[in-house]
Amino acid sequence: MRYIEPHGHMVSRVTDDYIDMVTAGCQAVCEPAFWAGFDRSSADGFFDYFRQLTEHEPKRAAKFGLPHFTWLCINPKESEDVKLAEDVLSIIPKFLDKPNVLGIGEIGLNKNSRNEMKVLEMHVEMAAKYNQLILVHTPHLEDKLKGTRLIIDVLKSDSRIRPERCIIDHVEEHTVELVLNAGFWAGMTLYPESKCTAARAVDMIECFGRQRIWMNSACDWGVSVPLAVPYAALEMRKRGHSAEAIDNLVYGNPVKFLSQSPKFKI
Amino acid sequence: MTRQQVLDLYFMEARAKLIDLGAFIDRMERAAGEDDFRMKAFRNALAELSKGDPAKAKRVLLSLSDPTTEPIPVATTKAACGAWPETK
Repeated sequence: MRYIEPHGHMVSRVTDDYIDMVTAGCQAVCEPAFWAGFDRSSADGFFDYFRQLTEHEPKRAAKFGLPHFTWLCINPKESEDVKLAEDVLSIIPKFLDKPNVLGIGEIGLNKNSRNEMKVLEMHVEMAAKYNQLILVHTPHLEDKLKGTRLIIDVLKSDSRIRPERCIIDHVEEHTVELVLNAGFWAGMTLYPESKCTAARAVDMIECFGRQRIWMNSACDWGVSVPLAVPYAALEMRKRGHSAEAIDNLVYGNPVKFLSQSPKFKI
Repeated sequence: MTRQQVLDLYFMEARAKLIDLGAFIDRMERAAGEDDFRMKAFRNALAELSKGDPAKAKRVLLSLSDPTTEPIPVATTKAACGAWPETK
């Protein structure tokens, strides 16, 4: 089996995870910028993080023959501080030409506040200005429905943003149709305790089809499973999905979306 | 899959989760003190499962969601708790 891990926070994972992923058939990993679990104190902290994502982590992955790609932003969890966000956004263009940078992400909302909306709009402006792909984080739990609606409104209100170049991640049963019906790609994040289990992800595939959908582990420093995508492929197999259908979902779809960036070559 | 195949594949797992739900509610009701909006939201969501309508997972998620549409003035926390605090 071959698959792409389109959303993994590998800076928080151990080297053994790389070994397991490659052994399971991972062909490439994509790492959006995210929250470190604590607030960084200045834009300098982000400068170092972006160097880690564009210089160090690709080398760590390359030791196992795994291509590593990344997305840059200030995560919505740190977007309440608009001045900090402005400072971080000012350094992102310096990194956009790095060979493994695919776009702006994971941007979005966390608690659906006014400042988070401002920072989301600033990121969308940057993506439009530099013609970048967009990867969007949707809020957690009770905030997801409202946040997903607000995010779709922001993206739809900018005529420069093409929905087929945006993926809206962490969809669940109450948001997946909103995202797909608006023309965006949808990401299903496979978590043991929140977001979406493998069984529910396959339910959504069976109800809404395989078009413009990918699955990811979003493995990070929290409770998460780096092999969640191959486990979901096993779930599909148990239900009788064909090898071709599984390959289309876990490999073909991510390749199709990500190849909209000329830098994505595997 | 046929309904028999779905039962063969998922019944035991769903059965275990169902008993866990009962045990959780028992644990809550044995404990001292008051519960809060989360338990109210939980019971509302649980009621969705007894209705004959389709899309039960979606309706459970909707019942636990913030239904408002305007951004909040300021984020005072980063965390979500799993239920909307103004649940009726």
